[in-house]
Amino acid sequence: MAEIVLMRNFSNPDSHTLAAYRAGGGYAAWDKARQMEPAAITEEVKKANLRGLGGAGFPTGTKWSFIPKNHTGPVYLVVNADEGEPGTFKDRYLLERDPHALIEGMLIAARAVRCTKSFVYIRGEYIQPWRRFSAAVKEAYDAGLLGQGLDIVIHRGAGAYICGEETGLLSSLEGKKGWPKIKPPFPAIKGAFGQPTIVNNVETLCCVPPIVARGAEWFAGLGTKTQGGTRMYSVSGRVKKPAVYEASVSITLRQLIEMAGGVSGTGRLKAVVPGGGSAAILTADEIDVTMDVDGLKNAGTMIGSAGVMVMDESVSIPEALMVLARFYAHESCGQCTPCRESTGWIYKMVHRIVDGHGHKDDLDTILDVAKRGAGTTICAFYDGAVGPYISYIEKFRAEFEALIPHA
Amino acid sequence: MPKLTINGKEVEVPAGTNLIEAARAVGVEVPHYCYHPGLSIAGQCRLCMVDIEKTPRPTIGCNTVATEGMVVNTETDRVRETRKSIMEFHLINHPLDCPVCDQAGECWLQIYYMKHGLYDPRMKDEKVHKPKAVPLGPHVMLDAERCILCSRCVRYCDEITHTGELGIFQRGDHSEIGLFPGHELDNKYSANVVDICPVGALTDRDFRFQVRVWYLDTAKSVCPGCARGCNIDVHVNRRRPHHAEGRRVARLKPRFNAEVNKWWLCDAGRYGFGFVDAPDRLVVPSQREGGTSTDATWEQGIAAVAGALRRLPPAQIGVIASPKMANEDLFALRRLLELRGVTQVASQVPPRTQGDEDDFLIRADKNPNSLGAELLGFGAGARTVIEAAGQRRLKFLWVFGHDLLAGALPERDVLEALRVVDTVVFTGSNANWTSAHSHWVLPAAAWTEREGTYTNFEGRVQRFRSAIEPLGQALPEWDIIGRVMTLLGESLQATRAEHLFRQLVEAVPAFAGLSYQLLGDTGRTLATAGASGHRGAGPSGAAS
Repeated sequence: MAEIVLMRNFSNPDSHTLAAYRAGGGYAAWDKARQMEPAAITEEVKKANLRGLGGAGFPTGTKWSFIPKNHTGPVYLVVNADEGEPGTFKDRYLLERDPHALIEGMLIAARAVRCTKSFVYIRGEYIQPWRRFSAAVKEAYDAGLLGQGLDIVIHRGAGAYICGEETGLLSSLEGKKGWPKIKPPFPAIKGAFGQPTIVNNVETLCCVPPIVARGAEWFAGLGTKTQGGTRMYSVSGRVKKPAVYEASVSITLRQLIEMAGGVSGTGRLKAVVPGGGSAAILTADEIDVTMDVDGLKNAGTMIGSAGVMVMDESVSIPEALMVLARFYAHESCGQCTPCRESTGWIYKMVHRIVDGHGHKDDLDTILDVAKRGAGTTICAFYDGAVGPYISYIEKFRAEFEALIPHA
Repeated sequence: MPKLTINGKEVEVPAGTNLIEAARAVGVEVPHYCYHPGLSIAGQCRLCMVDIEKTPRPTIGCNTVATEGMVVNTETDRVRETRKSIMEFHLINHPLDCPVCDQAGECWLQIYYMKHGLYDPRMKDEKVHKPKAVPLGPHVMLDAERCILCSRCVRYCDEITHTGELGIFQRGDHSEIGLFPGHELDNKYSANVVDICPVGALTDRDFRFQVRVWYLDTAKSVCPGCARGCNIDVHVNRRRPHHAEGRRVARLKPRFNAEVNKWWLCDAGRYGFGFVDAPDRLVVPSQREGGTSTDATWEQGIAAVAGALRRLPPAQIGVIASPKMANEDLFALRRLLELRGVTQVASQVPPRTQGDEDDFLIRADKNPNSLGAELLGFGAGARTVIEAAGQRRLKFLWVFGHDLLAGALPERDVLEALRVVDTVVFTGSNANWTSAHSHWVLPAAAWTEREGTYTNFEGRVQRFRSAIEPLGQALPEWDIIGRVMTLLGESLQATRAEHLFRQLVEAVPAFAGLSYQLLGDTGRTLATAGASGHRGAGPSGAAS
């Protein structure tokens, strides 16, 4: 069993208070970091092999180093707490049970990128996380941790999935419609309000204090060669103990399912989505993969936000795809043509198939439309939808064909 | 100045040029919807994909800046396939109602489908339904089902007019263009959104259902609505006279001129052409005697004018020309007046209220040729001429176009002048109070019915061309003046406006060196215009 890093304070009922956080050694990392050169902090995070835990898995220290060195205006640190990936519910626990860990991570990250104003964009539906985090921010201000070089602005989202996309979030934060921004320029060059901006996920930043406190080598050693640390897996669906589990990034999917008590329902595994709704599905035969960024990439899917959704033999894959396709059609922001038009179209086709009115060429049309649209849009939303469209149909084609008359 | 290769052709472009414009520079068209050179880059339509060497997949050209040594190919197989896919996405929810759509014939969905689409339709499901025939304002109608959500209209209202009436509401394939609550698309430049809409989503309420666009003919012209002289195309319907209740001019469209109006035109100018086909057009010469007006021949009208000019001493002759007349008309008139030694001349009738003006295109001076009139010696105000008439010093008064009562001239003076002068001649295109109180009416062709040039407030001389024949027996002013001169024994030596422009160039130093050829489609600025104090600010609002 791997070391517990991120959830270390969760068992304490007062873990969300400054007193409890301090009692557990909290803010010692910040005391250490404030004596360090900003570049040294970034270097430490790079050496720790910390990779973004929001979905894309981008090396965090490298991202920080993209801030232009000669920039004289403000630099913003924006925390993505708009957790909305289907099957993902880890950041809410961090916000509710260890909000000071995030604040401490923000303080350190802000020092590394020379930021004095930071924004935390919290998913609108996250009422309790927002309350807990707001209270923690107030405590930190009262204790002089904030307001002495870093200010935090809390912004609540209004319920759009796309506002969890890095630049969609920035547009929304700026008071605009939550449309992802066209790149280049990238946020590190021109982000929130036109200034260099780093957008990091909640869990990613919560990894930073332990890295500073205990050293990059220790953190790197918890994971694989290309990714350090542990992470929080949201395990749901047909498992006996659905919950958030912390484990090394090198754990296998099979081990993780066992950690969650094994498959429930029929007890026979049919498929697993390893990294949130946008990850390609894995069959029961494909679960001996490690859960690090590269391990799942090599398996043709992705770790994404580590939302693990387990399906037993009784689950209908076409119905699962229909639910997911409806989600993408509903949440497509509508900015780029391929995504706007084909998410709705594909949902109609999948829905029609499940409804018993499929045409024999529907499946090929869906696959072709998905492949043609992939890689043609401003943001990764559509590519995230394409993963399931293609993998569900290609891996479970017979199940779809069984629903289509004259297939 | 980066040098790059596009489809095998090397080209050097200014730094910052995107790949759509760089391709244009070598004559290669990259299809696109959301990109517009006057607006910010949106990158939404995804149609302008090009292949860049060493790039894993096609990239949008609009948001890619040309760099040194870049090798671009706009016609690889995968670019063609991507375009085809994007066209299919654009069209799956489009109603395909071309037969009843006003945009048909000038629709970029039709054009690009034929050029880059040509796929077999696969959409079997019901399309998304959205609001249709929604009036957005006095001039613009929205059909949200036809909209491809390129956001040009939204960006236009944000970035050019800074009025922000429009937004995109809802999400995904339910997204639609709409007005923010409490707003109406009624800014002074609202109809430009119709021009930049690449499809039939935004149509012109004035033009829609009047005539199919393939029946239209086009002439390059200049808007006569104010001293800016925005470049326009005049679209006329000669082929279907039974359409649109016989109106020949169907619509005006802005024509790009980087120095004057960029891509834009104000609504007042755009819809200011109604007089051309209005019922009050003057179509035959007429004579009024004892309160009754009777049609006359041109010979009679010209003889009456020439007779008076020959008979009367110059001091008893007054002329109120117009800054709405072309340079060529004014030059012909100047020659006639010089021939007879007439000095009581003017062109300006001050307006009753100050004209609307802004810092974009609209000028307070609602005349297209005030500077030209001034440079040709007609700059004076009409008040002194009217006063001379009222004091019975004039026996003959020739008024061009003005309704003397409509301006700020004292009503009593005007009434008195027209009461006491023996012969009042009116030359203009439309009837008004002055024409009704003149002894002779000699009908003039409207600006769309003839050639000529105007000099805008910045000293830019610009050509306008004939789009249709003069209505009835109307003639260009210069032609009327020439006929008078012929009776006076002097030839104008001009059978078309250009001949007069050549004479003008020789005679008036400010115009030295110009010719119709040099003016071309977008005009030239007078060398002395800057020094004369008439140069004003450029169309700053169009800067992007």
